[in-house]
Amino acid sequence: MNFNYSEEQTLLKDSVSKFIQNDYDYETRKKHCAMDGGFDAATWQTFAELGWLCVPFSEEDGGIGGGALETMIMMEEFGKGLVVEPYVSTVLVAGAVLAKAGSAEQKAELLSGIIDGSRKLALAAVEPQSRFDLFDVTTQAAAEGDGYVLSGRKTMVMHGAAADTFIVSARTSGASRDQDGVSLFLVPADSAGLELQDYPTLDGHRAAELTLNGVKLPASSRVGHQGAAVAVLEAVADEASVALCAEAVGMMEKLYRETVEYSKNRKQFGVPISVFQALQHRMVDMFTLHEECKSLLLRAVMSHQAGAADFRKNVSALKYAVAVKGQKAAHEAVQIFGGMGMTDEMSVGMYLKRINVINTLFGNGDYHLKRFMSL
Amino acid sequence: MDIQLTPNDVAFRDEVRAFLHEKLSERFTKAVVGGQIDKDTIIEWQKILYEQGWIAPNWPKQYGGTGWSITQKFIFENECAEAGAPAVVPFGLKMVAPVIYSFGNDEQKARFLPDILQSNVWWCQGYSEPGAGSDLAALQTKAERDGDDYIVNGQKIWTTYAQHADWIFCLVRTDSNAKKQEGISFLLIDMKTPGIEVRKIDSIDNKHSLNEVFFDNVRVPVANRIGEENKGWTYAKYLLTHERTAIAGVAQSKKAIEQLKGIAAQEMSGGKPLLEDEMFCAKLAQIEVDLMALEYTELRAIASVADGGAPGPESSILKIRGTEIQQALSELAVEACGYYAHALGQQGIGNDYAAPVSAKYLYGRAATIYGGSNEVQKNIIAKMVLGL
Repeated sequence: MNFNYSEEQTLLKDSVSKFIQNDYDYETRKKHCAMDGGFDAATWQTFAELGWLCVPFSEEDGGIGGGALETMIMMEEFGKGLVVEPYVSTVLVAGAVLAKAGSAEQKAELLSGIIDGSRKLALAAVEPQSRFDLFDVTTQAAAEGDGYVLSGRKTMVMHGAAADTFIVSARTSGASRDQDGVSLFLVPADSAGLELQDYPTLDGHRAAELTLNGVKLPASSRVGHQGAAVAVLEAVADEASVALCAEAVGMMEKLYRETVEYSKNRKQFGVPISVFQALQHRMVDMFTLHEECKSLLLRAVMSHQAGAADFRKNVSALKYAVAVKGQKAAHEAVQIFGGMGMTDEMSVGMYLKRINVINTLFGNGDYHLKRFMSL
Repeated sequence: MDIQLTPNDVAFRDEVRAFLHEKLSERFTKAVVGGQIDKDTIIEWQKILYEQGWIAPNWPKQYGGTGWSITQKFIFENECAEAGAPAVVPFGLKMVAPVIYSFGNDEQKARFLPDILQSNVWWCQGYSEPGAGSDLAALQTKAERDGDDYIVNGQKIWTTYAQHADWIFCLVRTDSNAKKQEGISFLLIDMKTPGIEVRKIDSIDNKHSLNEVFFDNVRVPVANRIGEENKGWTYAKYLLTHERTAIAGVAQSKKAIEQLKGIAAQEMSGGKPLLEDEMFCAKLAQIEVDLMALEYTELRAIASVADGGAPGPESSILKIRGTEIQQALSELAVEACGYYAHALGQQGIGNDYAAPVSAKYLYGRAATIYGGSNEVQKNIIAKMVLGL
């Protein structure tokens, strides 16, 4: 039993951590958010050059065969820096769908493009009525000739405007809430009949609404077996949830450390506010919340590595805990920063906003507590 | 990173399991669940552990310890708790003995350690006083030198099981002029010495575990002082920081969850078992998640010590969260029993499981008070971990 990183894992952590410290302060992040597409294309190329875009892919697919632990290491550091580049949407979600279900041809074309930074993909799996149920799909994929025609609406597609290709879930059979009958399709962003509405989300990231009005696709656009997409989507959602929670845990660490520093410098009543026991105990609570979430994160990551049967239960425990404890820690930080915590000048409010977004992605706290109880 | 136990540790765990399977009879486990375990039963179990050579895993081997690694100690504690074994009474084995073998002279070691190891002598702890709770160093029980003796006067309070005790280890003030931490000495006192009076405290659980101990001109040989005069605070602090294994109580809380589910499966609510009530199950699930976090926090701390390091900062939250979880579970057990939880300690009223839950809940309120109240723990984390 040990919780140590290997030499390679330590190097990975150091390299991401150094990049965030030297090249990704909060002002830089703000600039990236304001750029065309909502992130910095040059930084994305740097990620590619540093080899970060290939980490989770198998060697066969052109990656280094990193597991949940390598992803955790990177995401914790990304969290500290509030990284806004589409790593989760392109690499950890769309890339993972392809890695799990894509054909050899699809992987050869698209994964290599993701890895060298030239291609960006986004998963369009959520619909206005579906909330967190990935099987709740009304978008239709009707067979037509050798191919399909897709019609329907997808929502909250992470970094949708940046994607050159979407992976869209659509029904090839069954009723809207059936587990079976959902299939996945590669939809080029310039397809006729595809409308995209791009908008910023509260955390400075971007998302898109997609409308498909009879989008015609060849048979080769289908990813994975017909009608069997839900299992793929749920597996990807579980792994991405762990990654997003790692991002949140990184943020929680940063939050308690920054709050402690701020309290030592902020003076009221002639003394640093750090001497007040009421505030000290709140900061101890922030530290405790972080350690608890970190422990659940390690638990989920290690059970994934071991291929353990309780992985999904561990994911739900983690996601629920991060939803409750992450938000609590962020609220405490804003409270202790006082008026400054309310400003856009300090990053603390942005951590709060990003944590709130993470809490909803792939199921909020209540959703995961219920799932935890059912497993 | 790897969560698997080594083959050696797995073999060790199996050995512990086999021992428990053979020696831990239902008589012991029933007494634990019922909350009715008496002195004789505890001593009987401790003597079984002594015979096996496993009574004092934390002691150095030369004094009767096991020589186990921290992982083995953890496995042992875990297995015992999971099997529902009686908890070893800590005052002799886990509290005074480490002070004796670390700071006592050879004569004291030879005189006291074997009886502790064999559970021949029952110890109690004389630390708290009416004016010295969380601020322990404010203690005022006085020991004045008179030839080869000290004359002890004062009062101790919250003394658990003093009514059973043969000996008490006390912090006493030997220099009233020094800074409050610097005038304290560590004395071992025979409870049969004239001038000692034990008075029962009626506690909210209607049981007798707490006492006051009064000292009226009690004569204690100087030979019963551990270490140097006025250095007692250092020894007591050593004890507080070094003997806190299994403080999180993870295995006990897992056991409590199992029992709680058993209760909820039998109790009816709205025409169906309480275990199918979504509100109840949500409360239980929230505690389970907290316990899963605590379990890994403890494993992280153990792994870091096993690795030859010090426990990381995460270990500081074990007492706080461990006791909070224990309390939350005991609250939920009371809730689960409904009306019969009102029959505090009444055997034969309602289901067997209902009788002890209220007493456990009520006595459990002490968990966040003793061993350094949780607020004091937070002060320590603020200072030592966060640098505030």
